[in-house]
Amino acid sequence: MLFAGHEPARANNVVSSSPSAPPRQHTSRPIVTGTSVLGIKYKDGVMLAADTLASYGSLAMFKDVQRISKTGSYTLVGASGEMSDYHAILRKLEGLERDNLNANDGFEHSPVEIYSYLRAVMYQARNKFNPLWNSLVVGGYKDGKAFLGSVDLRGTAYEDDVIATGFGAHLALPIMRAKWHADIDEGEARALLEDCLRVLFYRDCRALDMVVLSKATADGTLVSDPYKIETDWSSASFVVPKAGEDGDGGW
Amino acid sequence: MASTGAGYDLSPTTFSPDGRIFQVEYATKAVENAGTVVGMKCKDGVVLGVEKVMLSKMLLPSSNRRVATVSAHAGVAQAGLAADGRQVVARAREECDNYEEVYGIPIPPTVLAQRLSEYVHYFTIHGALRPFGTSTMIAAYDEREKAHQLYVLEPTGVCLRYFGAALGKGRQSAKSEIEKLDLTTLTCRDALKEIAKMIYTCYDESKDKPFILEMAWLCEETKFEYQLVPQDLIDAAETWAKKELEEDDDDDDDDEMAS
Repeated sequence: MLFAGHEPARANNVVSSSPSAPPRQHTSRPIVTGTSVLGIKYKDGVMLAADTLASYGSLAMFKDVQRISKTGSYTLVGASGEMSDYHAILRKLEGLERDNLNANDGFEHSPVEIYSYLRAVMYQARNKFNPLWNSLVVGGYKDGKAFLGSVDLRGTAYEDDVIATGFGAHLALPIMRAKWHADIDEGEARALLEDCLRVLFYRDCRALDMVVLSKATADGTLVSDPYKIETDWSSASFVVPKAGEDGDGGW
Repeated sequence: MASTGAGYDLSPTTFSPDGRIFQVEYATKAVENAGTVVGMKCKDGVVLGVEKVMLSKMLLPSSNRRVATVSAHAGVAQAGLAADGRQVVARAREECDNYEEVYGIPIPPTVLAQRLSEYVHYFTIHGALRPFGTSTMIAAYDEREKAHQLYVLEPTGVCLRYFGAALGKGRQSAKSEIEKLDLTTLTCRDALKEIAKMIYTCYDESKDKPFILEMAWLCEETKFEYQLVPQDLIDAAETWAKKELEEDDDDDDDDEMAS
């Protein structure tokens, strides 16, 4: 039974042998967070999209944050969740990149290898009970093959043709699955992702209309500059949010 | 115990009565007998060239590299014991990574040179350690000063900045050749040829083991990233150098005829 204004879970955390010392706690919640990342495979490769907002709780704190980055020549990594953890992950990937560069033999990790590496990193961190609080999307294109995969803060990893993290998994994924087909071209893919970002901006309170689109194709990787997506608030449900009724809290 | 060493050469912790540390001098000797290494700071960048002696015909040409990248904007070329050299390279990479991790900018060349010399010097002051039998040329780019620099780090731990430097067997002749060049106007492209010529000049096909010319540079052309010189450029430089040397020989012959 739950009591209002009371936290019942506290007692479960006390495992320390000494009665005075508080139990050792690692990260138990993210602080500065990014919301959804979307990814789809399309005819020429992979496309990733995300907005540029980093929220501090419900406060829209940083509005020009890059949440999709290149690593090496073939791979893109996007992240939802704790931004500082994302930056730490990027630093690890930079290290990987630098080691490859130092070897001077032209080798670079493929998107699949980056994905597998991140899976190991995330799983190891969670086994130390100190997870990196992110949902990552890895997209890439190498040797004529497109790759799209996702890794979460527990190290759970999967590949798919369409991927959405965070709120996007509820709001965007159904749209993406309905509209996606194997030979979707670049224009359609882009339109689809923008549609999804728009829906997310309408319905996800931690989302922004400033977005970044990126792609990985045979020509390499490209991350766009941030740009604003068009929105239309003339829909009846936005004009009269409660459809004339009061009290039920619905739209 | 009667001759020169006279018992003072067993450890770098002990000076000889006339103020020398023999172990460190022996390490320097190891470098003097190694394949020639030439480095030049030119107008638009730094070029390093190595005469990599091939011990067997069955070795892959790219094996046992004597040039190494240590970060995007810094690299080395080494003369002496290859295995000792790798130790220095590993340390250089650590220093580069660490500096960038802490300060968020690429390591300035002076700092890299200083930290590496501290490392190498450490091996000359402990009885349980042996000095490195390697000299290291460091080419690096200073992001803030927008300047490229060349350093030479010796087994003693001394590290000095140079316009042009040479190590190994052919260092004497190479040095005097470098002195003839105007390094304030020379471009890296031309330096490739000059270095190839210097290395071929002190190479005697009948006496010396076959070698591979390894070259790396850091210049405007590479956006000041330290990179291996493309093989076609090395080949071109080698061909040019060999032709030059043949012509010089012919001239000599002519002189002899005339006299």
